[in-house]
Amino acid sequence: MEKSGNQRKQVTLRIFRGLGSDRSKDRYEVFNVPYEDGMVVLNAVHYIQSHFDSSLSARWNCKAGRCGSCSAEINGFPRLMCKTPVAMFGGEITVEPMRAFPLLRDLVTDVQDNYEIAKNIPAFTPKESTDHTWIFFQRDVEKSREFRKCIECFLCQDICHVVREHKADYIGPRFVVKAASLDMHPMDSLNRSSFMKNSAGLGYCNITKCCQEVCPEHIIITDNAIIPEKERVVDRNYDPLVWIYRKITGKS
Amino acid sequence: MWSTTSSQKQFDPADESYETTSCDVLIVGAGGAGMRAAIESFDKGAKTLLVCKSLLGKAHTVMAEGGIAAALANIDPQDNWKIHFSDTIVEGQQLSNWRIAEIFAKEAPERVMELEYYGALFDRTEDGKIMQRPFGAHSYRRLCYIGDRTGLELIRTLEDQVLKRNIPYMDETEITWIFKDPATGAVSGALAIKITTGELLLIKCKAIILATGGCGKVYAVTSNSWESTGDGIALAYRAGAELMDMEMIQFHPTGMIYPAGVRGMLITEAVRGEGGILTNAKGERFMEKYDPKRLDLSARDVVSRSIYTEIQEGRGTPNGAVYLDIRHLGAERIKEKLPSMYYQFLEFAGIDITKQKMEVAPTVHYQMGGIRVVPDTCETNIHGLFAAGEVACGLHGGNRLGGNSLSDILVFGRRAGLAASEYIKNTPQGEVAGQDLSGEIKRILAPFKSLNGANPFDLKDRIAATMWKYVGIVRNEIDLRKGLEEIGLIKLDSKNLQAKGARAFNQSWADSMAVWNMVLDCEAIIRSALTRKESRGAHTRSDYPKKDDANWMVNIITKQKDGQMIQEVVPVPKMPPEYEALINREEILAWKKNVK
Repeated sequence: MEKSGNQRKQVTLRIFRGLGSDRSKDRYEVFNVPYEDGMVVLNAVHYIQSHFDSSLSARWNCKAGRCGSCSAEINGFPRLMCKTPVAMFGGEITVEPMRAFPLLRDLVTDVQDNYEIAKNIPAFTPKESTDHTWIFFQRDVEKSREFRKCIECFLCQDICHVVREHKADYIGPRFVVKAASLDMHPMDSLNRSSFMKNSAGLGYCNITKCCQEVCPEHIIITDNAIIPEKERVVDRNYDPLVWIYRKITGKS
Repeated sequence: MWSTTSSQKQFDPADESYETTSCDVLIVGAGGAGMRAAIESFDKGAKTLLVCKSLLGKAHTVMAEGGIAAALANIDPQDNWKIHFSDTIVEGQQLSNWRIAEIFAKEAPERVMELEYYGALFDRTEDGKIMQRPFGAHSYRRLCYIGDRTGLELIRTLEDQVLKRNIPYMDETEITWIFKDPATGAVSGALAIKITTGELLLIKCKAIILATGGCGKVYAVTSNSWESTGDGIALAYRAGAELMDMEMIQFHPTGMIYPAGVRGMLITEAVRGEGGILTNAKGERFMEKYDPKRLDLSARDVVSRSIYTEIQEGRGTPNGAVYLDIRHLGAERIKEKLPSMYYQFLEFAGIDITKQKMEVAPTVHYQMGGIRVVPDTCETNIHGLFAAGEVACGLHGGNRLGGNSLSDILVFGRRAGLAASEYIKNTPQGEVAGQDLSGEIKRILAPFKSLNGANPFDLKDRIAATMWKYVGIVRNEIDLRKGLEEIGLIKLDSKNLQAKGARAFNQSWADSMAVWNMVLDCEAIIRSALTRKESRGAHTRSDYPKKDDANWMVNIITKQKDGQMIQEVVPVPKMPPEYEALINREEILAWKKNVK
């Protein structure tokens, strides 16, 4: 592994190792990996698996930034391993699993709770329509479109301090984005604001905007999804004019 | 129901214990085909279980970019299923099964509308309908799309439907073997490994739908994800199912070439659909030579061969590629129509495609061949075994049109789910023989017992390098023989593989199983490529450079006979005369003359 005649550079990675069932064995191991142009952290992890330690556990799939499987904390910051060039860091690179989720093994965490949250969000429910062809326009599509870029890497859930501290109470940024994508669907008929207020714990979010900083798909999570969803909740539940209108008309 | 937990048990590598569960219909793979099959089977009342290797919603379908081909005729009113049928068959170099292509072209529009009703948000036309874009070798603007993230939208939409219905699923679970009832020979179960724990699970079932996708990972340069190790092909073959047209591997014309770490990553055909132009190092628009009518939007096999020829003849870039230029579209439109491509180049290569040309070269993309199925029901020659999507064969012939794969998985995912849910009604649960089960458990745990076995990572690399070198875009007898010999040596080495560490999330164990599957896929690909002594579609032989309709209008079947892999040649099923007329349209004949 020492530098050969052609003076290949190498990268030093400090990798978290541990078992969910026995956290007393948590540790870090250091590996030196030869550098190649365009190398990303996931390449380095694969090199370690194939050359040094095949028991190193890591989750990955497309290696193209499309599937959102290889989420990790790289030098403390939530990132996709496949989209993080090793060249962006000067010295040693520390790779750790996402902290907001229970550890399974090494870099792999248990993210199954996310699917349970997704099940609870009132699903897309189209407006009554007898037309075979739905007519709506590109401008109607744009609002929801941004949220549909989400690749469910759960990095926003990972960085969210509310999720880290009040997991049971707040669904987290990914799922506010999901609710927003449904709310802003031009053919959706539901109003999710009471769900967002009462079950989703949207009020817990205090708009620190950490989530939108880590989104690999560049979704402006807080400004474009969370704040409008909060406004919907407020409009529905706290707007005095709406309250009077509902009292008088009896409409919900 | 089967959720993974963080308080996982640690399995001793030698532990041969297993849990048992059961269902009616087991669906292997949760890409578009698997999820659509699960929805159909579940809705028809079958006890359904969906199993996939990755997390739910991460399947390779997310990588599909350009769109879903369906003759909705929203933009070009002249379009209809007959022309879609004809395009599919003609560009498939007439190897497609006509009945499969007919079902496909007729049902694709319904499936797209269904996806819209499920909540997918397609781009719109001026008058508010689903937008359609042009794509390589489609006669009309036919691809319904969601920017350049169509696959992601498709998978998320279907995933939402799966979650909404609470269809039981087990993700991060790999199926290693299909069991058959010793008396009837029908499907009776499967063995699974839960990747997160290493636990073994016997799943008793009456029917299995394979929707496992392709085998792109057998090549060194591929757009495919880690899952694409041809597992379904291997499962089916070992269960006695027939494979077909395995030599037909699609090279997508435009893969990234630089930097090395991302070599092979896909550049969507939508770049050319939106007006992107291919040029060689001399600045010539070389597609004018190869297909003057359709130019950059010619069929994928034609464009890939053209790029290959330009590079081989010394007109490539220093990185061994050609240029793809979309700058003339303007920065704003590029970011609107091709947002993922814009970021992909910026983030992975540091290239701004609104200001710089892309460098591209062919990358292995899709397997047209696969498991031989009955057109209407997707059933194989094994009772209770069905296949849909990329793992199945019969629609795409010698070359798949862009956008046809997404409609394929919806149309035949649904049909497989429907047929399986019917099949199980009158089928008793078969037996899983004890010796079959214990034999399979021994087989898959062997790498943990090995002390001096080969490193599965090394073997994977050797497979990928061998296939790229000897079984690439242009093939010949000598190279194919060398490839077969090398794969034979790898096969010998793969009999003793070594996995280290615990069973949970063990990449070397997963790769050991991948190697066994990949070796089988490669052997089928090479033997089929040796059999077809002509050039047709994606299969180009420099020693047989001409298409030979007189002798090779055939499908090549791969199957087991007395424990050996054999090939058989069967004529392509003849279509009714009225369909013959559809594919002999004058304009198509005129194109064919011009295409080199």
